[in-house]
Amino acid sequence: MKKVLSGNEAIARGAWEAGVTYCAAYPGTPSSEILENAATYKEMETDWAPNEKVAVESALGACLTGARTMASMKHVGVNVAADPLMTASYTGVIGGFVLVTADDPQLHSSQNEQDNRNYAKFAKVPMLEPSDSQEAKDFVKLGFEISEKFDTPVMIRTVTRISHSKGPVELEERIKPPVELKLRKEPTKFVMLPSNARPRHLIVEERSKKLKEFAETLDINRMEINDTKVGIITSGISYQYAKEAFPEYSFLKLGMVWPMPEKLIGEFINKVDKVYVVEELDPFIEENVRLMGYKIDHGKDIIPICGELSPTIVKKAITGETDQKVVEPIIEDPIPPRPPNMCPGCPHRGVFTVLKKLKVFVNGDIGCYTLGALPPLESLDTTVCMGSSVSFSHGMSRALGDEGKGKFVSVIGDSTFLHSGVTPLMDMVYNKSYATVMILDNRITAMTGAQDHPGTGYTAKGEPTHAIDYAELSKALGVNEIYTINPYDIKETEEIIKKALNSDQVTVIIARGPCAMLKREMAGRTKKPLVIDSDLCTGCKQCISINCPAINWDTTMAGEYTTKDGKTKKRKGIARIVPDLCNGCGLCYQLCKFEAISEPEEGKLGFI
Amino acid sequence: MDAGYDVKKSEVHGMAQRGGSVTSHVRFGEKVASPIIPEGEADILFCSEKLEVLRWLAYCNETTKLIINNIEIYPPLVNLGEMEYPKNIEKAINSKFKNNYFIEATKLAKEAGDARAANVVMLGVTSKFLPIDEEIWMRNILARLPKKIHELNKIAFKKGREVV
Ligand SMILES: Cc1ncc(C[n+]2csc(CCOP(=O)(O)OP(=O)(O)O)c2C)c(N)n1
Repeated sequence: MKKVLSGNEAIARGAWEAGVTYCAAYPGTPSSEILENAATYKEMETDWAPNEKVAVESALGACLTGARTMASMKHVGVNVAADPLMTASYTGVIGGFVLVTADDPQLHSSQNEQDNRNYAKFAKVPMLEPSDSQEAKDFVKLGFEISEKFDTPVMIRTVTRISHSKGPVELEERIKPPVELKLRKEPTKFVMLPSNARPRHLIVEERSKKLKEFAETLDINRMEINDTKVGIITSGISYQYAKEAFPEYSFLKLGMVWPMPEKLIGEFINKVDKVYVVEELDPFIEENVRLMGYKIDHGKDIIPICGELSPTIVKKAITGETDQKVVEPIIEDPIPPRPPNMCPGCPHRGVFTVLKKLKVFVNGDIGCYTLGALPPLESLDTTVCMGSSVSFSHGMSRALGDEGKGKFVSVIGDSTFLHSGVTPLMDMVYNKSYATVMILDNRITAMTGAQDHPGTGYTAKGEPTHAIDYAELSKALGVNEIYTINPYDIKETEEIIKKALNSDQVTVIIARGPCAMLKREMAGRTKKPLVIDSDLCTGCKQCISINCPAINWDTTMAGEYTTKDGKTKKRKGIARIVPDLCNGCGLCYQLCKFEAISEPEEGKLGFI
Repeated sequence: MDAGYDVKKSEVHGMAQRGGSVTSHVRFGEKVASPIIPEGEADILFCSEKLEVLRWLAYCNETTKLIINNIEIYPPLVNLGEMEYPKNIEKAINSKFKNNYFIEATKLAKEAGDARAANVVMLGVTSKFLPIDEEIWMRNILARLPKKIHELNKIAFKKGREVV
C-alpha cells in the first residue's frame, strides 16, 4: 500500500518497519516531526531528551543491549551530541544505531547552515542521504543493516526540503530485529580507556576501508547514463533539482555520501565528457573526489555555496542563461515583509515590553522569545546558541566587574534552560557572578511546534510525569534570590526586574505564563476579546508599539473627533482590536493611558 | 496520488504559527523530480492573502492562473504605520497576467458558516482547473477534517466551484 508521507513521517515509519524499539530526540526544525511521529507507534518507546547529547547517549546505551535505536535532531543538535558521537564511532554498536541529522540550508529556522556531511567524515561513520520520502524510509532501514553489519553508528542526513516535503511511500510490515536483547560485558569494546580505545581506533580505520569497498557495490550509489556529454555527480535533494533541470544528462547519484565509492566515481567520470558536481552548501563531494585525483570541470566555482539550491539555480549556474518565462509586473509600492511575530496573548510580549522600557542589555537565547529582537520591540542584544544567554551574562559580569552591575540580564526559555542553561547557572553561583537570569516558562517548547520537556509534566506520548520546579532547582544550585512573576502583569514584571538588577548576587526570575497556543494550559481561562473605544482612542500608538497581531492601525478614523465630554480633538488614526485574534491577555489594556481599551474579564488580566 | 499521479509537496512551515509568510509547492504528473517548482513554471499560484501574490510572481508566466483570496491582512510594519499596504494590486496583476481570479473567499466561507473555511473555498476554485475528479477532492478534504464541520466545508467547496 502507498501513502503520501513527509520525509520525517517516512523516517519514523522506516524505524518502525526496521523493528526499532527506542527513539530519543530533542526537537529542532526541521527534525521535530520524526519523534512526534515515532511516538504514534505503540511498539516504540519514544523520549524527548533534555538535549541532543543525552538523546545520542541514551540511544547508544540502548543499542548495546541489542535493541535497534534511533536518535534524531537538527544539524546544530549534532554539535551538542558530537562528544558521544565521536567516541560511539570507536565503541561501535550491538543492535543497529541510526543518528538522523536534519540540516537546514537557507536557515529557514536556524542560527547557521552548517553542512553535517562533514560530521560523517570527521567521526568516520557512514552517512546515507535520501532524496525523497520513499528513500528516507528505505535508507533508514538500510542504515540499521549497515550499522549491525559493520559495527558502526550510521548517520542519515536530511534537509528541510526532504524532511518537510511529501511524496508517495510504499508501506511494509515491521520486522523483528535480528540481535538478541541482553546485557553484554565487553569492556574492551565499551570502556574507552586509552588502552582499549587505541585498538578500537585501528578497528575504525579497518572498518572505513571495508565500508569503502562496500560503497562500490551498494545499489543506492547508482549511475544513470543518458547523454554522455555531461555527467553530474550529486546526492540527496540536489539530485532532484539537477534531474529536473537536466533530465537528458548522465548522473551519478550517491545514496551513501560517506565513504565514497572511488572506483565507481572513476568509472563514471571516464564515461562522460564533462563532469559537474551539484551539491548544496559545502564542496563535500567535490573536494573528496578531487582528493582521489580525478578532474572535475565545475563545482562550487559556479554552484552557490550559501543557501538552498533549486532547479532554477542549478540551471542558471550550468547554462548561464536566465529564464525568459518569468514575468514580474512593476508595482510602485514596496512590498511590506511578513516576518514571524509573537502570537496574540504571548507571555513573552510583556517581558520584552518591560525590557525595552528599562533599556538594559539583553543576552537572549533561542526560542520564540528570540523574536523580541525584531522591530518594534528590538530588545534582544545577543543570540548564539542554546544556553549562551546565561554564560554570556556570566562572562560579561566577570569582564566588567562592578561596572556591569544592573546593566544586563539573560532571557532564556524553559526548554532551552533545561537543555543548556542549568550548567552556566551553576557556573554563575560557583564563580560569584551577580547577573540576573529570567526563565521564560511558557510550559512548552513552543518555537519548534509545542513539544514536551522535563518541565512540562508530560512525556512525548502525552503521559503525565514529574515536572521540574525551576525555583527548587535554582535553589539547589545555590541561587538565593528567586522570584516568580506573572509576565502579563507589566507593573509587577518591571518592579521585580529592577529589584533583581539592583542585587549583588545571582538572581533568577521565573516568568510563568503558558504559551497562548497551548490548549492544555489555556483550557478554562477567559479569552474574551478586548475592545477599543473609538471615542476614547487618541491614536497615541502605545498599544500598537507592542506589535500584537490582534491590534490594527486604522487611518480611516484620522482627523477631528469629539471626545466623550464633548471636546473636539485631532488624531492620526485609531487602534482597533481584531476580535477573532484577540484572546484578552490584557497587556494592551495596561498600557493605555486613556482608558480606551475595555477591561479584561472580571477585572483581572485575561490569563491570570 | 488517488488520481493516479506521482506527487510531491514541499513546504516551509517553521514559522507558520507565528504569522510569518509560508509557502508550499505542490507538483504532480507522471514522475516528479524536484519538490520545488522551477521559476516561471507554476501553472497555478494560490494565495490566501492579497499582497502575498506579489512575493511569488517569479514562479509565474503569462499563462499562470492566479487564484487570490481578496482579503487584506496587514503585516507588522503596515500595522505600525511605517509602511503602506500596496495599492492597486489588482490593477498591476491584471496588466501582466490574463488568468486572474480575485475571490471573496473569506466572505463566501462566512456564508458557508465559518470564515476559517476560506481556503476550502479557494480549493473549490482551484479544483475547476485541475484534472482531478470533484469526488476525489471532496473525499480527501473531508478525511482531514472533524466530522462536525463536514457539511460546512462541503458548502464552502461548492461555493468555490460556483464562482468561476
Ligand atoms: C542545539 C539546538 N537544538 C535545537 C534547536 C532548535 N530550537 C530552537 S528554539 C528551541 C526551543 C525553544 O523552546 P523554549 O526555550 O522553551 O522557548 P519557547 O520557544 O517556548 O519560547 C529549539 C528546540 C536549536 N536551535 N539548537
